[in-house]
Amino acid sequence: MVSNHRNPGTPLRPEMFEGHPANRSAAERRTSSLAARRTVKKEWQAAWLINAIRCMDLTTLAGDDTAARVARLCAKARQPLAPHVVEGLGIEALRLTTGAVCVYPTMVTHAVKALAGAGVPVASVATGFPAGLMPLRLRLEEIRYAVDQGADEIDIVITREHVLTGGWTALYDEVRAMREACGTAHLKAILATGDLQTLRNAYCASMVAMQAGADFIKTSTGKEGANATLPVSLIMVRALRDYLDETGYRVGFKPAGGMRTAKDALNWQFLMKEELGRDWLEPRLFRLGASSMLADIERQLEHFVTGRYAASSRHAIA
Amino acid sequence: MNAILSILDTLDYGPAPEDCNVARTWLKKHEAGFGHFIDGRFTAPGETFEVMNPATGETIAKVTQGTAADVDAAVTAARAAQPGWAALSGHERARFLYALARHVQQHSRFLAVLETIDNGKPIRESRDIDVPLVVRHFYHHAGWAEILADEFPGARPHGVCGQVVPWNFPLLMLAWKVAPALAAGNTVVLKPAEYTPLTALAFAEITREIGLPGGVLNIVTGDGRTGADVVGHEGIDKVAFTGSTEVGRIIRRRTAGSGKALTLELGGKSPFIVFADADLDAAVEGVVDSIWLNQGQVCCAGSRILVAEAVAHRFEELLRRRLAKLITGDPLQKSTDVGAIVHPVQLERIRGLVARGAAEGAVLHQGASPQGCFFPPTLVTNVHPASVLCAEEIFGPVVTLTPFRTPEDAVTLANNTRYGLAASVWSENLSLATDVAAKVKAGVVWVNCANIFDAGAGFGGFRESGFGREGGREGMAAYLAMPGPVAKKPEGSPPAPDPTPSSSMAGAALDRTAKLYVGGKQVRPDGGYSYPIEGPGGPVGLAGLGNRKDIRNAVEAAHKATGWGAQTGHNRAQVLYYLAENLAARTAEFEDRLKSFGQTAAAARVELATAIRRIFWYAAQADKYDGAVHQTKSAHVTLAMNEPIGVVGIACPTAFPLLGFVSLVLPAIAMGNRVVAIPSQTHPLSATDLYQVIDTSDVPGGVVNIVTGERETLVKTLAEHDDVDAVWYFGTRAGARTVEEASAGNLKQTWTEDGTARDWGSAQGQGKLFLAKACQVKNIWIPYGE
Repeated sequence: MVSNHRNPGTPLRPEMFEGHPANRSAAERRTSSLAARRTVKKEWQAAWLINAIRCMDLTTLAGDDTAARVARLCAKARQPLAPHVVEGLGIEALRLTTGAVCVYPTMVTHAVKALAGAGVPVASVATGFPAGLMPLRLRLEEIRYAVDQGADEIDIVITREHVLTGGWTALYDEVRAMREACGTAHLKAILATGDLQTLRNAYCASMVAMQAGADFIKTSTGKEGANATLPVSLIMVRALRDYLDETGYRVGFKPAGGMRTAKDALNWQFLMKEELGRDWLEPRLFRLGASSMLADIERQLEHFVTGRYAASSRHAIA
Repeated sequence: MNAILSILDTLDYGPAPEDCNVARTWLKKHEAGFGHFIDGRFTAPGETFEVMNPATGETIAKVTQGTAADVDAAVTAARAAQPGWAALSGHERARFLYALARHVQQHSRFLAVLETIDNGKPIRESRDIDVPLVVRHFYHHAGWAEILADEFPGARPHGVCGQVVPWNFPLLMLAWKVAPALAAGNTVVLKPAEYTPLTALAFAEITREIGLPGGVLNIVTGDGRTGADVVGHEGIDKVAFTGSTEVGRIIRRRTAGSGKALTLELGGKSPFIVFADADLDAAVEGVVDSIWLNQGQVCCAGSRILVAEAVAHRFEELLRRRLAKLITGDPLQKSTDVGAIVHPVQLERIRGLVARGAAEGAVLHQGASPQGCFFPPTLVTNVHPASVLCAEEIFGPVVTLTPFRTPEDAVTLANNTRYGLAASVWSENLSLATDVAAKVKAGVVWVNCANIFDAGAGFGGFRESGFGREGGREGMAAYLAMPGPVAKKPEGSPPAPDPTPSSSMAGAALDRTAKLYVGGKQVRPDGGYSYPIEGPGGPVGLAGLGNRKDIRNAVEAAHKATGWGAQTGHNRAQVLYYLAENLAARTAEFEDRLKSFGQTAAAARVELATAIRRIFWYAAQADKYDGAVHQTKSAHVTLAMNEPIGVVGIACPTAFPLLGFVSLVLPAIAMGNRVVAIPSQTHPLSATDLYQVIDTSDVPGGVVNIVTGERETLVKTLAEHDDVDAVWYFGTRAGARTVEEASAGNLKQTWTEDGTARDWGSAQGQGKLFLAKACQVKNIWIPYGE
């Protein structure tokens, strides 16, 4: 029943999400106890942190991005850990890279160049990121531009208004059109859950995006008042599960924004494993959208290798 | 292959053991065996028994089996220390309790690890749940000690408390018992469970560390025999027990007639009700927090899932998937969800019950569990209310799942149990959830959550789950006594009724027949006998000689008057005011009746006037004696609702034929209870006169039922009756003992006093004490946030 193919989407089916309850207090209890229920130590912790790197969309989305800045980020994506750490871990054979880099559309070309031969996909935000309040025609044009520039993945933003007003058809049609514009590039739908506010909204938006053919659903742009949180992630991954149960298709999950520590990397992975299972710890179905998290992971891994606490100044910055 | 690379394949969690060296070193230090902690010192070990780590089976300590002499020494020490401890100011006691909170916090990991080694519960729980709640309890009660004089004016400590705590939350149950006892100025003799005595002994060391005066807290270890010695010791003034209903019953019988205050926190078979509009995933996690907490060895565990048929299939599917994710095993591993069963004896009990259930046709869905003293988390389907697994408290990680059709069906199934400790209700429709919370018979109701505790809210049960509350204001009150009236001359037994014709009878021109009053109707006594009521110059009338069947009929009638408790306080107040009005209209007749018993005109006038005033007072309280909203956790509304107890049997004192009856019946019905009253045996005619007034005052039939006759035999039937929820008895010492003993059958609440102790004509005859006795507190937890 479970398909390994790309999610083709379904017709809009409001009965799959309308009125679906999401209890905030219970979600908070679940996520706070989850972080205390699971712990990894020593080699296990190292492995889980390495996996986080494998699943990381190393990101720069700033107004002052330049070709050189993007090149520096890509260099880190190619070699996320210092050679002595890789050696100490004994994982040379893994040829570890991050899951992708994520940049603005005009930076795609620089990223593609910098990552030539590295096997690291380039993701581009598009559709009037971060607010998305541009005419649809222009947003679709932006997707096509980014794909044309060589982007393998497109992180689109949805029109929050459609969620806040219950305009499910409009939301569905918009994401459908974006998916078409992506072509073979994978579509990650950013729901901007900080703007949607309620968990019920997050569930509905998740479901509509999946029905419209999203390959990933993503929490945040990193620019909203509230970024990725564990409770909102919990509700979104439960939507993934419900969608899988109903359609047989797996859709990926990408929390983004505000996650800075190695502990965050572990907690989100625990969430994926406990709520969904081992499959969702692969880059195909799980990405962490982060920029500064890698530095903390690298410090933790160096500590594992050397037994001494590490300093970031001794590691290459992204 | 590199270990890391192979872990990357599976992404297993791997071992993450909690370091237990500090606890091990402490155990090593006490290798020779533990004595008791009496008068601030550890005694030399006596005859010891072994304490084991259930997860490994290894013996970790030797602990002394307490003898009667040991208990005696502990009680003597507590008795000696009590006046000094009580004489301290509240502030001074608060400083000790504050220090206990602080030091428990400072030794928190040591205590958590020790608890896990001793009990088998996962370190996550002892670290994140048990010990933080212990700390919270001592802080909270440091506060009560500080403000005690302001908040409970006139109250005094009971004296010496004998406390027996269970093995499921050893240190937490100690805290629940010790903190309020000490705050109130009591001293304590505590017996920890024989499976898990170690954290209590560690706590004893902490009391030394903070300089708690010797004798204030004494700990005697041992098995059930030691516990029996503690609760039975004549030097104990108040007994508090948490444990099985079976042992609770024994303690109730053992303490009957002793005058000891008693609170019991017993078993449960709590419903976990999932409506179709619930967040099903949230409810699934609620089941995890409920029955897969502490291996299901939780008295308030939601062990009966009742789920709306419309979502039963999906809910079961989600629950089974979640069950498969639970990790059962070494409790010292930080990723363990379900640890070891406390003792092989308990494991055998769980296995036995589950095997019986399976033989009945129950279908088991189980997770994995290792060899040893472990039982896999288990979901049981294809069960019905008659199944052994739905009826018996299993005290293991075993939960049943039964579908229901309608909210009414859910409430009926939920209340189809002898217990009434807790309930959990899941619905996003708060109108529905609140309605069900009000209808479920349980002392604690969690809406959209489960097993949430806080020192600021009371915890305790209805029905055979015991009585008394721990935590909150009501929990504090359980460790305080209001100076009660003392009988100068104990009430003697009234002469036995003589149901043969009298030689003469003074009376009115037209004969008046006093019947029994049952279900709003005047009925003849079942036996067909009457007995003469004496006046100063011989008999003045006949009263019906009620028997067992009359009591049975009265209780049935009381149960049918279900609407009374659900009415608003305002409505009940209107009825009671009207009752006073109608009584006032017949002043002369009622005064004459009292005079016919030999009262002076002045005394009769005062008794009647007082009765009318008293009815007004309880009418006034009917819509005012209400509950509270407790300060507990953030984003939670915790409502403490005063609920009527149900059907209350009342045996009235011999004296004050009218006022005794009014003073007891009115507070009970003002709070919404239904009453079966036995009026003064010697002069019941004032009460039977009253039924005509009751009749004309719109009191619904069955709310007040009156059975006249021989008090001692009638009240015994009431006390034994499994469908009576409380009995108040004002009479002889022997009668009080009988009532308390007989109440053990369904563990109904009792209130017994010498019938002559209280001056019913004075302020002693009314007050909030009566209202408190007429209510039980239900705590409803409603978390919020969208």
